[in-house]
Amino acid sequence: MNLNVDLMVNSFPLLVVGAGITIQITAISVGLGLIIGMFVGIARISQVKLLRALAAVYIDFLRGTPLLVQIFLIYFALPVVLGQRVDPFLAAITACGINSGAYIAEIFRAGIQAIDAGQMEAGRSLGMTWPQTMRHIIVPQAFKNIIPPLGNEFIALLKDSSLVSVIGFEELTRRGQLIIARTYGSLEIWICVAIIYLVMTLTISRLVAYLEKRLDTK
Amino acid sequence: MIDIKNLHKSFGEHEVLKGIDLHIDPQEVVVIIGPSGSGKSTLLRCMNLLEEPTSGTVVVDGIDLTAKADINKAREEIGMVFQRFNLFPHMTVLHNIMLAPVKVRHVPRAEAEATARALLERVGLSDKADAYPPQLSGGQQQRVAIARALAMKPKVMLFDEPTSALDPEMVNEVLDVMKGLANDGMTMAVVTHEMGFAREVGDRLLFVDEGRIIEQGVPQEVFENPQEDRTRLFLSKVL
Repeated sequence: MNLNVDLMVNSFPLLVVGAGITIQITAISVGLGLIIGMFVGIARISQVKLLRALAAVYIDFLRGTPLLVQIFLIYFALPVVLGQRVDPFLAAITACGINSGAYIAEIFRAGIQAIDAGQMEAGRSLGMTWPQTMRHIIVPQAFKNIIPPLGNEFIALLKDSSLVSVIGFEELTRRGQLIIARTYGSLEIWICVAIIYLVMTLTISRLVAYLEKRLDTK
Repeated sequence: MIDIKNLHKSFGEHEVLKGIDLHIDPQEVVVIIGPSGSGKSTLLRCMNLLEEPTSGTVVVDGIDLTAKADINKAREEIGMVFQRFNLFPHMTVLHNIMLAPVKVRHVPRAEAEATARALLERVGLSDKADAYPPQLSGGQQQRVAIARALAMKPKVMLFDEPTSALDPEMVNEVLDVMKGLANDGMTMAVVTHEMGFAREVGDRLLFVDEGRIIEQGVPQEVFENPQEDRTRLFLSKVL
């Protein structure tokens, strides 16, 4: 077995650019997921039955079907309905965003339910409404609780975002495939791709651990 | 100020309150005592609808809480102090006190801050305005909690075992604040095990057991000459 080190070195810059795009779509998707997740998570425990039911359906559907199928639904099936093509980047962040929204909703729900019930009672007894108490008292405290699981979700999505390579969106995995198509260097390129993913996920988990520690001492 | 008629409250099969009638006058201090599980805390929590009555009516300051009243509006007038303080740990003491007046009563921030500082002085904690609740002792936290409730300028204050979670040496600092409130004419309903406080500050003592008011009267008289066997039995254990 001969490892073509030159190929690895030469391909590296191209792959790093792909990694940048991977981080970009992950960050945008988690950002989107955070907004969706916050509202769906709160809806999941709201006092309105209909909201609770809708949130449950959302969460069940997105967690109960593969992300790959969701990507296909948005990129291949949605155009049939819309009658026009969907941009791959838009399809990628939409699919990843609404998917992670479901997971983040559950993270939020758990984070909120971990807050002592006395906090809600204290807020309500001061005349604040349920939404006011959520906004000013419960959610700010929940944010602190959810940073570790949110970091895990970020890492999971960073890896899962490799799935959007199937719709031709040129993130890290897709770039690897394209270089291999040109050079036949499967071994070298997939090793490089794996290492780059590993470096990214390890960096993020360290970052989350640091953030968690800093918030703890506050 | 508070008018309760035939109040029942069940948790599932378990009936905690079995028909309570209670009238509290403005400026009256009513102290509620009774064994644990007697329903005294539930009774208090029905007075601001933290517990929803199963049947009966609760009228506070002319608003029938058990009709489809605007409960948030009603609660603005009903301060509550909890056994476990329930301060907001992510906010400074000052912001704990300012939050509800600013968000609910729409008091301008500067005015809310001035009120908050005045209240902190009243409870003897002027130097703790910028501290976070977890940095304070239990007694200090409870005094902040009282200041937080008072910031809404309520017409009634409910106290749910305000000294039960405190170390013994901190009980008096909280009771002193409550005495001050009573002397200033605040209408108060206090669930407590502090018999000394009941005797000294209470206008009326209520003995609650098994979901009913067993006996009530001037604290001194109830303590010295209880009419009911159950009251006598309870008092013999706690006095």
